[in-house]
Amino acid sequence: MNFSEVFKLSSLLCKFSPDGKYLASCVQYRLVIRDVNTLQILQLYTCLDQIQHIEWSADSLFILCAMYKRGLVQVWSLEQPEWHCRIDEGSAGLVASCWSPDGRHILNTTEFHLRITVWSLCTKSVSYIKYPKACQQGIAFTRDGRYMALAERRDCKDHVSIFVCSDWQLLRHFDTETQDLAGIEWAPNGCVLAVWDTCLEYKVLLYSLDGRLLSAYCAYEWSLGVKSVAWSPSSQFLAVGSYDGKVRILNHVTWKMITEFGHPATVNNPKTVVYKEAEKNPQLALGRLAFPAPRAAASPASNTESKYEIASAPVSLQTLKPIADRANPKIGVGALAFSPDNYFLATRSDSVPNAVWIWDIQKLRLFVVLEQLSPVRSFQWDPQQPRLAICTGGSKVYLWSPAGCLSVQVPGEGDFQVLSLCWHFSGDSMALLSKDHFCLCFLETEERVGTAFGRPGDHT
Amino acid sequence: MGEWMTVTDPDLSSESKNICQYTSETKMSPSSLYSQQVLCSSIPLSKNVHSFFSAFCTEENIEQSISYLDQEQLETSRREMIGLQERDRQLQCKNRNLHQLLKNEKDEVQKLQNIIASRATQYNHDMKRKEREYNKLKERLHQLVMNKKDKKIAMEVLNYVGRADGKRGSWRTGKTEASFFLRNEDEMYKILLNDYEYRQKQILMENAELKKVLQQMKKEMISLLSPQKQKPRERADDSTGTVLSDAEEDAGELSRESLWDLSCETVREQLTNSIRKQWRILKSHVEKLDNQVSKVHLEGFNDEDVISRQDHEQETEKLELEIQQCKEMIKTQQQLLQQQLATACDDDTTSLLRDCYLLEEKERLKEEWSLFKEQKKNFEKERRSFTDAAIRLGLERKAFEEERASWLKQQFLNMTTFDHQNSENMKLFSAFSGSSDRDSLTVHSRPRQKKPHGVSNGSPVCTSKLTKSLPASPSTSDFCQTRSCASEHSSINVLNITPEEPKPNPVGREGTNQKWSMASRPGSQEGCYSGCSSTYRNSHVEKDDLP
Repeated sequence: MNFSEVFKLSSLLCKFSPDGKYLASCVQYRLVIRDVNTLQILQLYTCLDQIQHIEWSADSLFILCAMYKRGLVQVWSLEQPEWHCRIDEGSAGLVASCWSPDGRHILNTTEFHLRITVWSLCTKSVSYIKYPKACQQGIAFTRDGRYMALAERRDCKDHVSIFVCSDWQLLRHFDTETQDLAGIEWAPNGCVLAVWDTCLEYKVLLYSLDGRLLSAYCAYEWSLGVKSVAWSPSSQFLAVGSYDGKVRILNHVTWKMITEFGHPATVNNPKTVVYKEAEKNPQLALGRLAFPAPRAAASPASNTESKYEIASAPVSLQTLKPIADRANPKIGVGALAFSPDNYFLATRSDSVPNAVWIWDIQKLRLFVVLEQLSPVRSFQWDPQQPRLAICTGGSKVYLWSPAGCLSVQVPGEGDFQVLSLCWHFSGDSMALLSKDHFCLCFLETEERVGTAFGRPGDHT
Repeated sequence: MGEWMTVTDPDLSSESKNICQYTSETKMSPSSLYSQQVLCSSIPLSKNVHSFFSAFCTEENIEQSISYLDQEQLETSRREMIGLQERDRQLQCKNRNLHQLLKNEKDEVQKLQNIIASRATQYNHDMKRKEREYNKLKERLHQLVMNKKDKKIAMEVLNYVGRADGKRGSWRTGKTEASFFLRNEDEMYKILLNDYEYRQKQILMENAELKKVLQQMKKEMISLLSPQKQKPRERADDSTGTVLSDAEEDAGELSRESLWDLSCETVREQLTNSIRKQWRILKSHVEKLDNQVSKVHLEGFNDEDVISRQDHEQETEKLELEIQQCKEMIKTQQQLLQQQLATACDDDTTSLLRDCYLLEEKERLKEEWSLFKEQKKNFEKERRSFTDAAIRLGLERKAFEEERASWLKQQFLNMTTFDHQNSENMKLFSAFSGSSDRDSLTVHSRPRQKKPHGVSNGSPVCTSKLTKSLPASPSTSDFCQTRSCASEHSSINVLNITPEEPKPNPVGREGTNQKWSMASRPGSQEGCYSGCSSTYRNSHVEKDDLP
């Protein structure tokens, strides 16, 4: 495991290009394009204002930088560095901007979600889409990039419009039976659209590409409902995480629940392996440490080594009692992710914030629980294999694979608080992002094969 | 059993007290007495001793004592049962209460849900109102924004970029709009169809695999069951029949396996049915095996039972031996005690003892006495009644004799003084007619009087006349007279009439015969009394019948 140098970063804007060659990062109003392998700066662009959002086009030729305060979007070309494009929404304002799958259109959502403007880079045409829904996930593109589903709100009712991305023609338009649509997501095969309602009402609707309602699923009434949704990569399963702390798996044949996963505070099943992060006393550490002594003596909280210990059943996990009468309580399954091979599902229950639960989808049971010392901020699966990277806001990054798990201290001067991470599409490296910096972590091939647990990271 | 053996148990005083109570309540329970006898060897003689030694231990008592022991056990078990019933009742009560509580909770939950529902509707209504207002604002804002168009070009591009796929943009004409639309539709449906076809292929593959597995299973099951074929070949068993038929089917229809790859309804059903059949056969086979195994176990247990029965018998023999020994021991002890007591005790005690021994006999005798007394009373009663009856009878007879005597006298008088004046006749007649009840007597007595009385020349004609027709004028007078005269003379003679004379009286009353016979036999007592009373009754009846 190699760690790269630490570079400057702002607003956690660091993205790999889809083809995996470049790494884009922002520092204030500058956009830095680096080569992935050498991390040398290839390009440097300067925008007009502080960048709030960057996005690569699907063919990795262009990159957009959105400045919401100014209502500007600037597009840069990698092939032609001198090419420039600027889109000014003016008084309409800007709240969101994204590429279309063909990489030639930019969809800007104006302030108050008044409209979505579709700007074309090929032609002079501009399209407007009215009444977009102001919700968490209102726009969804199919994986193959053919279709776009858009959530709309007209006459106090929710609708979904399906557009053909090639010519922006409206393919289908239908209303949904939701109270207040919260999100939409295409299945990876592009034939089914999952639509879910606000958390005040548990409702998951499944629509076919041609607008037919395939099924409606409601697990319970009155209590807070859906919190997170994830499709399995094969489109066989739809995982629905809800505020009752359970994940319900629906199958694609009948769209009925085949099982539900609970997240209790105590793990009783002896078959489940529970890894607990434990601090290692630096004095007791053996000479295998690669750190020089003064570093180990530095600020204890983040620099102390830690390792995983296997806890024997029954294991009780740290729970967080949510504040009773506040909105958006910290309960329920807030994060869901399937592994790319469809074998595992990683979840996090917000009332047990330190733990990541990994479920075996083949056997439909709990496989592993990882409990960290601090609340889990995010986790990401390796795009190529069942390997999970977890960060908790500390200076360590944690990796789990079926072979085992390990915790790695990020080297660097002072603290490097890993707030977020993202994988390279090949799974060979990942970017670790902190508030002001980022660094790259290179994973050697032998790391994948024999990752023993409890072993501290080797730093070369 | 324990009582018999507890000879030297120190804390038996309480038991003895209970036993004393027991004896006072019940009728000298043999076991208690027995145990007391046993206890006496350890407990010093006291006042209560008399209550202890009153019965011998005999074979019969043992059975009774066993029954008494069982009764005690029964008592305890009954008490237990009552206790358990009470507990059960309490638990039932609790259960009912809990059910009630549960119902209340459910009602409350329902109520709260209704409240939530109503609040939700209200909330939705308010939200809709706010949303409409918000939409209005948005429209207004949109208008303003659109109006306020900047002169600046919204998008500034150095140069337009080519399309991603390298094609040029096509011109839009009205025709192509529709064609675009159709093309999009086509594409969409193509995608959907592809997806469905792909899934169907997957499912077909899965089905084929599963079918293969099922076929394999079926074959294996058949092969498993086929060894059975040899045994029950004679029996027309359904299972083997089907096995055979299936095997034949399979053998002959291997060529049709390819058809089973088709996924049509009937084929599927056939396959599942055959699998189910085979499975059932296999299951029953396995169950039979299980039963056999368990039977073997049970037989093992039965053997054990048999053995244990033998053991049991042995034990019972042992126990019986013990009982014999105990009995003998107790007998000897008794004897010893008696000897001791006989030698060592006073006259009082001996008398007491004797009294004790005789008490039971006394009581028995008392019972018998009372029985006898009762019987005696009954006899007395009967006798009294008999005597009353006899007295009555005597009185009646007396009266009857008197009447007879008078009648005879009359007759006699009539016979002798036949030509007397009619005044006497008239008198007699009236007397005669008045006492109609004596007619039968007179009629009966008449023929009897004939024989012994030589004096009276009573012609049969007269009697016949008399017998035929009562009160005829002259004959009656005669009759009366003869009667009166006869009564004077032959009152005693009447009694001496031989009883065996058959009566020509057509009335034919055996009762009177009997009466007479009885009259001649004054010696007989009871039969006589009863006879008298009955005849007396009869004669009363008869008299009434006569006009």
